[in-house]
Amino acid sequence: MATRLKDTDVVIIGLGAAGGVAALPLAQAGLEVIGLEAGGWLTRRDFAPDELRNNYRGWPQAVQKANQEIPTSRPNASSPTTARGALHPMQNAVGGTTLHYWAQSWRLNPWDFKVVSETKRRYGASRIPAGSTVEDWPFGLDELEPYYDKVEYEVGVSGQAGNINGKIDPRGNPFEGQRKRAYPMPPLRGNEFLDKMASVARTIGWAPFPGPAAINSRSYQNRSACMYHGFCNRGGCHVDAKNSTAVTTIPRAQATGHLKVATRAHVTTIEVDGSGRMTGVNYVTDGVEYFQPAKVVLLASYTYENSRLLLLSKSKAFPNGLSNNHKQVGRHYFSHHQGAGVTALFPFDLNSWYGLPAQGVAVDNWADDNFDHSGLDFIGGGNLWVYADRRPIAAAAMSTFGRAPGWGSAWKAFIKENADRSNSAYLQKTTLPYEDNFLDLDPEVKDPLGYPVCRITAEYKENERRIGAFIQDKMERWYREAGAIAVQRGPVGGPMGVSTHAYGGTRMGDNAETNVVNRFGFSHEVPNLGVLGASVMGTSGARNPTLTSQALAWRTAEHLVKNWNKIRQT
Amino acid sequence: MAAAREPLEQLTAAEADLLDAIAARLIPTDATGPGATEARAVHYIDRALGGALASSRQAYTAGLAALDRYSRSSRGKPFTELSATDQDSVLIDVEAGTATGFTGSSAAFFALVLAHTQQGTFGDPYYGGNANFVGWDLIKYPGIRTMVSAAEQQQLEKHALKPNHKSAYDYEAFTKATARNAPGRSPRKEGV
Repeated sequence: MATRLKDTDVVIIGLGAAGGVAALPLAQAGLEVIGLEAGGWLTRRDFAPDELRNNYRGWPQAVQKANQEIPTSRPNASSPTTARGALHPMQNAVGGTTLHYWAQSWRLNPWDFKVVSETKRRYGASRIPAGSTVEDWPFGLDELEPYYDKVEYEVGVSGQAGNINGKIDPRGNPFEGQRKRAYPMPPLRGNEFLDKMASVARTIGWAPFPGPAAINSRSYQNRSACMYHGFCNRGGCHVDAKNSTAVTTIPRAQATGHLKVATRAHVTTIEVDGSGRMTGVNYVTDGVEYFQPAKVVLLASYTYENSRLLLLSKSKAFPNGLSNNHKQVGRHYFSHHQGAGVTALFPFDLNSWYGLPAQGVAVDNWADDNFDHSGLDFIGGGNLWVYADRRPIAAAAMSTFGRAPGWGSAWKAFIKENADRSNSAYLQKTTLPYEDNFLDLDPEVKDPLGYPVCRITAEYKENERRIGAFIQDKMERWYREAGAIAVQRGPVGGPMGVSTHAYGGTRMGDNAETNVVNRFGFSHEVPNLGVLGASVMGTSGARNPTLTSQALAWRTAEHLVKNWNKIRQT
Repeated sequence: MAAAREPLEQLTAAEADLLDAIAARLIPTDATGPGATEARAVHYIDRALGGALASSRQAYTAGLAALDRYSRSSRGKPFTELSATDQDSVLIDVEAGTATGFTGSSAAFFALVLAHTQQGTFGDPYYGGNANFVGWDLIKYPGIRTMVSAAEQQQLEKHALKPNHKSAYDYEAFTKATARNAPGRSPRKEGV
């Protein structure tokens, strides 16, 4: 029998990117908040610059709750599930994956909020890909702008603004939506190779700019500037210059006295009463079961676990899972098309040993609807990102571009010359939701507590594959113009698999028939249940989701504060 | 062969001799400098098989035995007694998946050994390989630093940044990792 704990105002399930942000406005408003986090605290001492441990042994994900719940996946309902990977891409800890993520902190572009209406207006309804369930967001970028701004300043984002109140700054992204003010910090520094890539982009008429990062380019809020030591990729920061929620919003929320952090709290189900109102959360810590009553719950685990936890929380009022009487939980799932890569070999050293994935040069000319699609057979596009990131084991294991065997003396001579001469672009591309891409519970695979894990059924469709090939053409051209002597391309798309950019499953929208949460992030069916994270996003844009999910989380929390008496319904 | 070997933790002496011979063909000691032998890549693998790579222990036992059997049956000698050219020809078969007598494909075993030999040659010396930083020197990696100023980056770009020959754990700032477990203290307890 679970121990019943003292009632609280708000429980946040998961103190990662989204939950860790939402805690701050709630605690500042004086609401009593308990953050249930499956992981523990990590500090700068835990973040050694150790490639083997970070990049090959998956520390610290390997020992986590999430790692016992890796989703299964299959491309479509008629295919068998494929073998699961060894590691969950996300980690449990206070701060979650923001501890070791790349920290690219983009705002979505205006088109991303209006994919359906803008496509119809410009090209006609026939251009919405068959089978896609994409909808316009219930609001536009202008609605989210104040929350982007809030998070950029509270968390700390470095970058170069491209459009302040309609005034285009050629140093930034000319396709950016309007912002009210500049980033709180200038962009991360360049280097010789990145500067060369930017210069080449300009000569072919593109608009290169440094990307935004939740990493300090100078000291900010009494934390250090970035040290560029080269172990940021899947590594935590040894000087707290990476602005995870563990060093920003969470400690600030704790300082109010209104946020309690419960670590190693493994949430199993969300409870409702006979009328279908959410009453609290069941969790397990070190084998002991607890019931934490709460007036409001904000579900802020990762996309896979958000859908899974709702589907596992069955009751008389919700026999198909919590907030799933419209059978929308798990629908409209998609993961960012990050494949279809392009890798280049240059005849000179790139000097990339001391950099980070968020230090780079972006081109947005071929993203979203920033170019005319009239004569093309797809909608959307991709953001091109060239960055500085290299570590020795991966450098030695580089592609030999067909110029040497994979081992032996000839290989050794090749890597001696070329280990610092290759570059792989990061190409994020529009991905749409489709009616047959979804999440549900795996019928066979269970976690150690006996609960089914999440199952992904999803594959990239024709629209995504066409974007992939189109973007590869653009990226190859950019590399060739910069002097690349060999270019390799990855496959343009197949099964989606498990992703660090997973969207949907609890989509946000006004229509309860096709969406799980309303425009403020609260369930259409359970008014005192909110959902945070990219699982509420209905489109991907061509850029990392974290800042958008954090802006949405702040907005949901602010809505809760403003409507507390109505939503808690005591 | 490398200098006197420390006591083995996981591999038998015969397994270690065979693995040494394989690693020496994968990353040879040659005109471009020291290879897996000098890096002590097998020392890295031996230690890791008792910890982070424990799940591969059985694959090594079976794979090394199969490789030696294949060498005897197809080339008439144990692998360690073949010429370098013949050793390479055996490894080419193993890599291609055409070597017989393996549980599953020999290609999977080859990929495993190659990956671990690279880790043992180019990984942080803290884990027992990359001895004397020979792997990092080969690819001109200038070493672990906890800060790199803009001026140092410019030195690197002018090929003027000298290798510092430092491991991550030469810096006092970090909790030491272990081969078996994740480092760091246990998660802080906080009541609700």
